[in-house]
Amino acid sequence: MSASVASQPVVFQERARKALDDISLQRALTKARGGFVDHRRDAVDALPEFDAIRDAARDIKDHVLANLDGYLELYEQKVIERGGQVHWARDADEACRIVARICTDAGARTVTKGKSMVSEEMNLNPALEAAGMTVVETDLGEYIVQLAGEAPSHIIAPAVHKTREQITDLFHKHHSPLGYTDRVTQREALVNEARSVLRERFVTADVGITGANFLVAETGANVIVTNEGNGDLTSCLPRVHIVTAGIERVIPSLDDLSVLLRVLGRSATGQEFSAYTSLYSGPRRHDDTEGPEAYHVVLLDNGRSRLLGGQYQPMLRCIRCGACLNHCPVYGVIGGHAYGWVYSGPMGAVLTPLLNGFDQSLDLPNACTLNGRCKEVCPVRIPLSDLLLKHRLEQHDRRLTSVSGRFLLSAWAWLARRPRLYQGIMALPLWLLHRFGKRRGVLSRLPGVGGWTDSRDLPVPARRSFLRQWHARKARP
Amino acid sequence: MLFVRERFIVVETETKLPVNVGLFVTCLADLMRPQVAFAAVALLERAGCRVRVPRQQSCCGQPALNSGDRASTIDIARNVIQSFDPDDYVVVPSGSCADTLINKYPALFRHDMQWAGRAQNLSDKTWELTSFLTEKLKFSLDDVSYSGVCTYHDSCSGLRELGIQKQPRTLLSSVKGLTLSEMEDSNVCCGFGGLFSVKYPDISGRIVSDKCGQIVQTDADTVLGGDLGCLLNIAGRLRREGKNIKVFHIAEVLAGMANGPAIGEAERES
Repeated sequence: MSASVASQPVVFQERARKALDDISLQRALTKARGGFVDHRRDAVDALPEFDAIRDAARDIKDHVLANLDGYLELYEQKVIERGGQVHWARDADEACRIVARICTDAGARTVTKGKSMVSEEMNLNPALEAAGMTVVETDLGEYIVQLAGEAPSHIIAPAVHKTREQITDLFHKHHSPLGYTDRVTQREALVNEARSVLRERFVTADVGITGANFLVAETGANVIVTNEGNGDLTSCLPRVHIVTAGIERVIPSLDDLSVLLRVLGRSATGQEFSAYTSLYSGPRRHDDTEGPEAYHVVLLDNGRSRLLGGQYQPMLRCIRCGACLNHCPVYGVIGGHAYGWVYSGPMGAVLTPLLNGFDQSLDLPNACTLNGRCKEVCPVRIPLSDLLLKHRLEQHDRRLTSVSGRFLLSAWAWLARRPRLYQGIMALPLWLLHRFGKRRGVLSRLPGVGGWTDSRDLPVPARRSFLRQWHARKARP
Repeated sequence: MLFVRERFIVVETETKLPVNVGLFVTCLADLMRPQVAFAAVALLERAGCRVRVPRQQSCCGQPALNSGDRASTIDIARNVIQSFDPDDYVVVPSGSCADTLINKYPALFRHDMQWAGRAQNLSDKTWELTSFLTEKLKFSLDDVSYSGVCTYHDSCSGLRELGIQKQPRTLLSSVKGLTLSEMEDSNVCCGFGGLFSVKYPDISGRIVSDKCGQIVQTDADTVLGGDLGCLLNIAGRLRREGKNIKVFHIAEVLAGMANGPAIGEAERES
């Protein structure tokens, strides 16, 4: 992912503009948007108690966050009882070092990976490649972006920004040397070709790395949901299975898991259940015929524990379903890469500054219309748009916003609380704009309003404000 | 028995008294489209209200709040709270500004012993216009007509924070000659977002262009909505695309004042 992030413009606005001008991206986004939204709505409509289950899901996560240390220790104890090992990583670098060491100790040359956003957050692939290993992504979407040298642009649909034509080109380029010389263009044929190429990798891999949708404290199991079955092949076939997960993935029990799974699939893809829901709890036991010889869990903090007890704690409830991305009008037109890091859309705009530092990504909490659709669809009721507003308040309090912006704002606010003066001062610009624009009813160019008039006209204001008209009328006998 | 009966009569006479309403004009209606405020006054008076328009008002403070400037917002909010002290109800022809008074002010003053009660009091008596007319006053229109096919854009704050969706449609259903043709995704943001549209004009411009695509698909000749910000944004884009679709605030149609130039249309030469 480092390559693609490096090739992206540094400034959010430029990344967004690039995305808006990218015709293929726009086609892919338009196609994806409607599908996700319609499927979720159908699934939710078919389950009358969905809102009640959402409340229960929120309460489970809140309970865990209030008792996180206890559940994490219980989880660790259970993993050890089943013959696995738990590693605690304070930050991304430490987590990468731990994973690389486990791989090196196992003499690994090929590492397969099931989808793991935490491993993207850690930037794990370059670390393993630097240690001399070949890393193969096995989730179809992840595999596509890996071939393209890009980062995932969506937390559950990593290659959602790619059109089928682009995927055809990619496969043709990378698979031809392997003997797949036909140019396949149909959906099913593309999937089959990838499956066939990946099968080879699965059986030769030394280490398999997966993420975790949930970590169940009472049994020590880690749970992943997929639609491709690649997670199972990644975790069961190699000699070593490594799980990378954020510390907030832990939940108390299997009962809680059943509640959370009921909202996850529906919110993510509109499925009642994903095709595969797999629970793994440790290495092969002495009477097992298959399974990994060693089982490691790397638990990543990377700033999460800092959020406990603070105003952003609700963000740790996130179960990474992607519903907020799918329903965000901004994500819908700029896609995931414009956000600049692994997490995008509303959850990314809240989380990225929290994990990477407030002075980073200043644009993200501001590049939002506060329309609240994300908050409306969130399966664990994270008040996403409210948290974005909290970010803005914090940016202002920490004086991270521009000096000129602050000056203009306070000048305007000073005026706004002196209504008489405000009405008097506004009278002149109002009269001028009206005079220039009244013939057409709109102004097509107006400097000083950002680029508002680049893509739309500005309706002309009134000649006199309502308050002045009203009170002049009242004053008349 | 007699006592109860008398009390009942007293109550009934009280409800016949005019309702004292303070109109929070909103800065956009004040500066950009005064007719929206005139229409709101007309509707409220027709529904039996006595309307007061305090001179001491400008903006609800949303631009400051949404830019993270808590202190300025609090100053502006105090001004609004004081100005509307005498009124029994405060009515706002905008879901977004009504949401600020109803939900954001109490949160801002939560830890302020002196102002928390006053902010809550303002919150309790503040209503968005269409919601006040239908839910509080049970007002039904008669003798208003508008000939045209309209489509209605649900503005986000009104829809999600105040639950305004049926209210405008109920009112529109009794306008003679008006047919409603719903657009797809009428509940999706138009890309305005206040200062968002100035800070991120490219993103905002693309979102509103998608919105206008869905408007055009309805074959409606008029777009209606309850928030002037969104309507200025939509009208601006429709004009840029050269589309001959009128844009009005719902109050203008309900008050029978939608016979002049629509938002973004040239004044007719007199």
